[in-house]
Amino acid sequence: MQAGLPNPVPIRRCNVKACPSLRGGQAWPKKARMTAALRPDRNFKYWLLAPAIFLLLLVGLFPLIYSLIVSFMRIDMMDVDTSFAGLYNYANLFEDKRLWQSLGHTLLITAIALPLELVLGLAMAYLFLEKMPGRQIFIALLVLPTIISPIVAGATWRLLFDNRYGPINQILGWIWGEPVTALWTINPYLVYPALLICEVWQWTPFMFLILLAALSNVDKSQTEAAELDGAGFFRTFRRIVLPAIWPVMAIAILIRGLDLFRMFDIVWALTKGGPGTMTETISVYAYNQGFKQFETSYTAAIAFLVVFLLTVVVTWAIRRMGLAK
Amino acid sequence: MSGLPFHRRKSTRLAVRYAIAGLLVVIFCFPIYWLFIISFKTPEEIFAFPPVWYPESIQFDNYKVLFKDGDAVSVLNSLILASSSTLIAMVLGTIAAYSLVRFKTGGENLAVWIISQRMMPPVAIVFPVFLLYVFFGWVDTYFGLILLYTAFALPYVIWMMRGYIEDIPLELEESALVDGCTRWEVLWKVVFPMARSGLFATAVFTFVFSWNEFLFALVLTRTEVMTYTVQVTHYFGGQSNFWAKIAAMSVLGTIPVFIAVATMQRYLVRGISMGAVKG
Repeated sequence: MQAGLPNPVPIRRCNVKACPSLRGGQAWPKKARMTAALRPDRNFKYWLLAPAIFLLLLVGLFPLIYSLIVSFMRIDMMDVDTSFAGLYNYANLFEDKRLWQSLGHTLLITAIALPLELVLGLAMAYLFLEKMPGRQIFIALLVLPTIISPIVAGATWRLLFDNRYGPINQILGWIWGEPVTALWTINPYLVYPALLICEVWQWTPFMFLILLAALSNVDKSQTEAAELDGAGFFRTFRRIVLPAIWPVMAIAILIRGLDLFRMFDIVWALTKGGPGTMTETISVYAYNQGFKQFETSYTAAIAFLVVFLLTVVVTWAIRRMGLAK
Repeated sequence: MSGLPFHRRKSTRLAVRYAIAGLLVVIFCFPIYWLFIISFKTPEEIFAFPPVWYPESIQFDNYKVLFKDGDAVSVLNSLILASSSTLIAMVLGTIAAYSLVRFKTGGENLAVWIISQRMMPPVAIVFPVFLLYVFFGWVDTYFGLILLYTAFALPYVIWMMRGYIEDIPLELEESALVDGCTRWEVLWKVVFPMARSGLFATAVFTFVFSWNEFLFALVLTRTEVMTYTVQVTHYFGGQSNFWAKIAAMSVLGTIPVFIAVATMQRYLVRGISMGAVKG
């Protein structure tokens, strides 16, 4: 070693390749830079993911596989028969009238609530699109129903709908001119409106909030230009605004649609599926089969039916809505 | 005054918008008002006919009963479950998201699989999870529910944090590595502080989801760790003399959520739309 020169200092844990600054500052393509930076400890990235994946497998995949196995057996309250029963439970699904009715109830609620929430949410978003003093306060107040628990929402409407001590019948009485004593959660004709009112009340603000954000991002100069060219409101909306907000709107529809399909809490709090089984959704029905009738194997088969239907619908919806990249 | 006809004037339009906005607020907030007001009413006022729209005086007897009976413990249980699971899910979810973003671990497929876990209908797994928990003796324990809520929150946390971590400039992490940080130190000293606002925003919504959860709490709790949502439904048992309890318990369970979301107002949109809109 030559005298007068300092000893070379070892650079600790530094991959020279990874640091453009040490190599005269020339810029590296992002990808190459990153892979180089990773070389030191290769398993690091797996350690980061391991706990999360483990938990997801434990409460997501494992129960599903367990269900699949159980659904091919015959376990119920009376009997634990773990021999292979083939498609016995699945065959029973087709003869179970209550199951298909509950599926029908779920679809009915979804088919009415989802468009209502979408249209109302959109109208509200348009109302608040332009600036106005106090806008933030209005928005904050309007969003309250969405953040409270669906159970609390159901409980609240239970109190509101009470035939004697609730304010709904009282208000209707003022409009009607004579006392109204509608049994909202018991009368077969009123129980769906009651459920839908509660559902729409709670989740319209959700749509409103997302659509408001989406609308605010629409390029204003385009809509103004369209209006100058003589396009009416609906034409502008269909040709310019809708394509612009569609990606966000599609996700909002997807999230709400999924939540509606597995609707449990509000029904449980408001009607418990009653009167009789009139408002039983698929989730409520599966719960009853599993935890009231202890039809273990059969419940597992129902669960798979639900997973199957959801997978089909979601895959179709994602394709149809053009969400797939 | 401008020459525009009355209904085209700016001031008219603004007035109409205020009127509609006011009406909407009344419609959407009235149920919540009613819930709060019942919790302050005396039994006579609750069962007055026709219903009274505001109590003569604010009194807290309905809440005192909850604390005396020990029912209010369920709110504490909710608090323990929601905050612990949020904390754990934030740490595990953020490092997992970091791995997904920076190392592209598992590619796009793994990310999609993780978010698809959020789509899983709870009713499809609630029964096997119940059997699993009976087998391990986790029913009605804090551990069991925290584990569950953590797992439920993970897809959401990973999905949200992915977006926030992508915004962190790579150069910062590189220079930390050059300065001799280990990879874990980089995570702790660079990534977590840089993603701070995203962490808080995501945590609030994770907390709210766990706080409001009902189905699994109903199935997996008995007495020890019963959450407030389950406690509320216990008062439904047919008789209407529990109204005061329903209202008071609901209010106790709702106030923390209001506070949490009020402090996180500006992240509301991004949090609620799962990052679909960058707010």
